[in-house]
Amino acid sequence: MATVQTSKGADLLERLGKNGDGKPPLGCMQCGLCAASCPLGQAMEFPPRKLILQAESGNLEKVLASPSLWMCVACYACSKRCPRGIELADVLWPALRDAAMQQGIQPPAELQETFQNIFKYGNTLGRSPRQRMDWTKDLDVRVLDLSKETRPVEVLLLVGCYPSYYPRNQVVARAFARLLTQLGITWGVLGAQEKAIGECDRMFGEEGLFETLVEANRKLLDKQDFRKLVVLDPHAFRALQKYYPRFGVWYPVQHYTTFLAERLEQLKPLIAKPVEAAVTYHDNCCAGRRCGYFDPPRNLLQLVPGVKLVEMACNRDNALCCGGGGGGMWLDAHIVAQGGQRLSDQRVAQAAETGAEILAVSCPYELARFEDAVKVAGLEGRLKVRDIIEVLAECMDLGERNA
Amino acid sequence: MNIAVVIRQVPDLIEPLEIDASGSALDLDSASFIVNESDDHALEQAILLKEAGGATVNVVALDFGNVDDTLYAASAKGADRIFKIPLDGLPPPPRAAAALFAEAIKPLQADLVLVGVQAHDELDGGVSPFLAAAMNLPYVGVIRGVKAASEPGTISVCKEFPGAVMARLKVKLPAVLGILGAEQPPRYVPVSRIRAAMKSTQFEERSVATSPSEPLLSVCRLYPPASGSRAEMLSGSETEVAARIAEILAQKGMVK
Repeated sequence: MATVQTSKGADLLERLGKNGDGKPPLGCMQCGLCAASCPLGQAMEFPPRKLILQAESGNLEKVLASPSLWMCVACYACSKRCPRGIELADVLWPALRDAAMQQGIQPPAELQETFQNIFKYGNTLGRSPRQRMDWTKDLDVRVLDLSKETRPVEVLLLVGCYPSYYPRNQVVARAFARLLTQLGITWGVLGAQEKAIGECDRMFGEEGLFETLVEANRKLLDKQDFRKLVVLDPHAFRALQKYYPRFGVWYPVQHYTTFLAERLEQLKPLIAKPVEAAVTYHDNCCAGRRCGYFDPPRNLLQLVPGVKLVEMACNRDNALCCGGGGGGMWLDAHIVAQGGQRLSDQRVAQAAETGAEILAVSCPYELARFEDAVKVAGLEGRLKVRDIIEVLAECMDLGERNA
Repeated sequence: MNIAVVIRQVPDLIEPLEIDASGSALDLDSASFIVNESDDHALEQAILLKEAGGATVNVVALDFGNVDDTLYAASAKGADRIFKIPLDGLPPPPRAAAALFAEAIKPLQADLVLVGVQAHDELDGGVSPFLAAAMNLPYVGVIRGVKAASEPGTISVCKEFPGAVMARLKVKLPAVLGILGAEQPPRYVPVSRIRAAMKSTQFEERSVATSPSEPLLSVCRLYPPASGSRAEMLSGSETEVAARIAEILAQKGMVK
């Protein structure tokens, strides 16, 4: 079987454009599994199958101009299920977006603003880099700011944009800081110098921006002396693990779930009290379906006395996306305008069906997305959204003192 | 058509503004800079005119406040020539700045000069009308769109008046236009294009000398706005503040 895996979206596009010899350029046999798997496919003018068909038929221009190009939320369902191994969400889609932008086609306004924020300020929220350490305000453990004081550390924590700036996620960052400290690990952060890593698939198609971030982060990280990077954002994990090496930039990196799950024995003595609740875990697409880390987050939740883990009907490989990846965090308005649904609303309904009291997550986007969806669904008071770190912090008395 | 566009860098309001030790000026060392929004629209309008009917777009900027970043983006968007005016120290106030821009633009023999109608650091008046006066050209301000006109030597502009009244005017060229908004929002240009522009763009330096003018006004004191007696400043936790806002809205009959 011809497996179409390539590092370069441009190669894929070039092959996509080669037609006329009677052979499908990517080996796509138009089985349609991708379109059927796509949670937003029904609202797309060109779901993945049609997109390839159109492009192969010489209608690439039509594809590039279509609003459906900006509806992929990088859930990887198509990539994972494609029998030909075509990297649709990971490579083809970003390459098409890049090609569209090179032609002057404008991405949806909200996404443009996010790109500009990252380019200008190094974060998705358009906040001052100087305020990047705001999350440490009133924190009761010491945070070593490696941008001010370079020292060897075991863990360099890349906090990420939302946990640095967004109040709801700052709570998680603070709890993780306490947890690292309790584990007796030497750790530090890049402080005001930290920049966005660039998401998993080359910044949702903004490949030049991704390259700029790789260069900036390489300069920052090469100066530091650390054993491994730990990230709170699974997209950053994927980018550092898979795409940074394409630029010759490689660091040992772990998402916090795998990092902590390797330390269950050290975590056990920290447990102070049970958390009596039925908990359902939402597999984020990046660490889950894309990278296959299904057990570490569950092992962490099962460590907590009182937690009864229940599964949603769609879990692990089949988990429904929250809708926030691939730039989806900034595409809700566009997707809804095109007739798509907010996937977070559907996912929260699935979580509620399990009877769980807590929807546990491990990706910074999901707290905001699911908490909004809980409000939309009128489930406030019945379903709480908690990062796994918060569940651990609660049982270890490491949460916010006034929470 | 030969178009000149004025680009200015202004303090970026994502940083908290600080007042310097003199008490009468911003502490610019603690500020970061960003392109003035209506100048960005002026550039977009120029590029749109170029795309619609062909034009040479000349960008003229004071060399201040990370202006290179803005100028590389302008080049990536389609600006043809980029002129930087070297500065000794800080940018002068609008009237003196307009004199500098006028001297830099005159040799370009521009048919049309586009400049943002406002900037949030303008003190003694707007640059755009001063620039028209310094160049002895007609001026129309608060423009919301510029189009080629059928009659040669003219251009068609859409001007906004108070109360959202719009007028379509025919303007004889050459002229200076104070741009409020382009016909479409400033475009997004992918970073790879900006990176390419960084490698290929040559800035042209344009030193200009103007006779120093007496400042029309001087700042006595700069201070953050004080809360007046009619404003109720809310404090407390987020929940308390939210509850109070809800209460006020209910009292005013804005929510039921």
